[in-house]
Amino acid sequence: MKVIKIDKENWAVGLEKLHASYRLFGPVKEDNFHNFKELDKGEQPDFNFSNTLLSPKSLVHPQSEVMFEYSLDEKQEDHHVMKEIARDYSPRVVIGIRPCDAKAFLLVKRNFDTHEYKDPYWIKSYEATTFVGFACNTPAGTCFCTTAGCGPFHEDGLDLLIVDVKEHFLGIIITKKGENLLAAAGWNLESDSNAASKQIERIKQEAEARITSFVSTDKLRIKTTMELYDAPFWEDVAFSCINCGTCTYLCPTCWCFDIQDEHHGCSGVRMRNWDSCMYPLFTQHGSGHNPRSKKMQRVRQRFMHKLKYYVDKYENGIQCVGCGRCIRLCPVNIDIRRVCDIMNNFGD
Amino acid sequence: MLGYIDKIKETSNRLLKESKVDMVMCFRKGTVPMINEPYFAKTPDDVDHFVWDSNCGINLANYLADREEKIGIVAKGCDSRNIVTHIIENKIKREQLYIIGVPCRGMIDKHTISDMFEGEIKEVTEEGSKITVKGDGFKETLDKKDVLQGNCTTCVNRNPVIYDELVADLVEEQKDLDRYADVHKIESMSPGEKWKYFDDLLSNCIRCYACRNACPLCYCPTCFVDEHRPQWVGKSIDPVDTRTFHFLRAYHCAGRCTDCGACERACPMGINVRMFTRKLEKDCMELFGWEAGLTLEERPPLDTYRPEDPDDFIK
Ligand code: SF4
Ligand code: SF4
Ligand code: SF4
Ligand code: SF4
Repeated sequence: MKVIKIDKENWAVGLEKLHASYRLFGPVKEDNFHNFKELDKGEQPDFNFSNTLLSPKSLVHPQSEVMFEYSLDEKQEDHHVMKEIARDYSPRVVIGIRPCDAKAFLLVKRNFDTHEYKDPYWIKSYEATTFVGFACNTPAGTCFCTTAGCGPFHEDGLDLLIVDVKEHFLGIIITKKGENLLAAAGWNLESDSNAASKQIERIKQEAEARITSFVSTDKLRIKTTMELYDAPFWEDVAFSCINCGTCTYLCPTCWCFDIQDEHHGCSGVRMRNWDSCMYPLFTQHGSGHNPRSKKMQRVRQRFMHKLKYYVDKYENGIQCVGCGRCIRLCPVNIDIRRVCDIMNNFGD
Repeated sequence: MLGYIDKIKETSNRLLKESKVDMVMCFRKGTVPMINEPYFAKTPDDVDHFVWDSNCGINLANYLADREEKIGIVAKGCDSRNIVTHIIENKIKREQLYIIGVPCRGMIDKHTISDMFEGEIKEVTEEGSKITVKGDGFKETLDKKDVLQGNCTTCVNRNPVIYDELVADLVEEQKDLDRYADVHKIESMSPGEKWKYFDDLLSNCIRCYACRNACPLCYCPTCFVDEHRPQWVGKSIDPVDTRTFHFLRAYHCAGRCTDCGACERACPMGINVRMFTRKLEKDCMELFGWEAGLTLEERPPLDTYRPEDPDDFIK
């Protein structure tokens, strides 16, 4: 493990230097919560938060994203042609992302970047981005990352992980991208990697010990899909759900979108917008038939997808990193930890 | 309000045992502070999970629309008014319901309380009119009246307007309130200021529709924003489309909204969407002397015709 030291006085200076080669994104406080925003020169990210209200997934997969534009004006030479619009894929860095949210991009990647299908927008944005994580010294009560394939100091999906050890920052170099960023920021203080690793290990263990919330997922894989699907508990689980998009839109691992053409007069755009399996329209067929016309079916889909279909298809754990956003903000307190335990223990 | 739960459980158990109802709707304790989960009981064992405290702000009438069963429902003042509205609008029949009325002393606002503290809130407990908030390195006791949901501070119908049984004596209604101070403030703004106010209000909206879906009034099989043949509204987060959604939804609630606050409570972004419906509520009061959900005897002003209507266009 290669670790460097960043003096806190040098932090802001380094960030300013980064503007020369990157667009910067970081957590900022707006109203009473934090969200990721593009940082202007001189603007500092604010790390006084446990996690952002919205996940940073929109930095790679925006809620509304225009892909093409077109004209229906036959006087134009290229009328009725979908033209890709120019987009900014210049290098950027996300500073202060939490390890769970960075890991979430890897889960989403399994959908957007496969052997068969490559989503060009997602891939280009993702590849243009350097992820600088901030380790969670004090996880929240709703964080269950350690049992969701992740953890407060987890490194997968990050290029650099910064640990706040009070007197200074320590930076764990994870990838070449991370190394390049350090060079651009001029953060190059060697540290005694051995001693630093030990110090990090200690803080990491303390942080993990602060996690009080867990899920069991060990039996999901061996459950029979149709038995879970037909299980009687779904009516109970779904009762309070109001089928809003909160859990989906806040979740760093939810990836679904809907494609829309919007035009005005003779010109228009083709765009994609986030969509949610909780909405009835999500599965509405052209014929008018809706295979998930009932609330219970939609709630079941959300949890079956995250906790069973995904588990079976990719054999790489659940489609959840334990960030706890859906738990904190579901208006009616449907708690994925509870549902996961019900599923995991079903029929035992 | 904590004292209500024994009576709620006793009544619920009786109703279920005597097969008077197929289910009773109430709440169970939430897994995070300041939210309880709407919950139904079909057996006395389920009833054991019931709770009633100041975190039951979600409107249970929202769960009644088009249900077939016989239902016992625990209803505070605003819930009962939405039940009346449901009955008038044929979403449920009076005979299907056994209404367990709760004289309400107000629900607490999780956003207000969260905003008062820097760190994470781990536990919120209550005793009488005191709310105690505990978190990492802090513990503070607050007066409940200072942290009520916005709508509860101006509520004049804390007692259920319709019920089969009450769980406690009626409470005193709040009097001498300036009920529409917030609306007056906006009314006195210039058009430009108003525009900015509402733009700011909606700037964080992610169009998750939690506000709409938490609202008992929004039961249309397909909401106008979801219509796609023809499509009335764009689906992106373009501010024009977001505004259209909110303006039109508010108008669909005119004369029907009980200011229960469920919409505001549900919003993950902390947007006070009631600022739209409250103006309409006030207008209904001033133009028609109407408040929604107070009586089964009269239909709301916007679905009645009267020759003496103050407006000409309708004649
Ligand atoms: S399902 Fe919930 S806890 Fe899991 S990653 Fe998504 S928002 Fe976070
Ligand atoms: S689980 Fe909660 S957040 Fe998700 S759709 Fe249902 S009510 Fe909304
Ligand atoms: S609940 Fe809030 S964020 Fe969601 S659509 Fe309503 S106002 Fe917008
Ligand atoms: S619009 Fe809001 S306050 Fe009015 S009835 Fe619906 S949920 Fe309640």
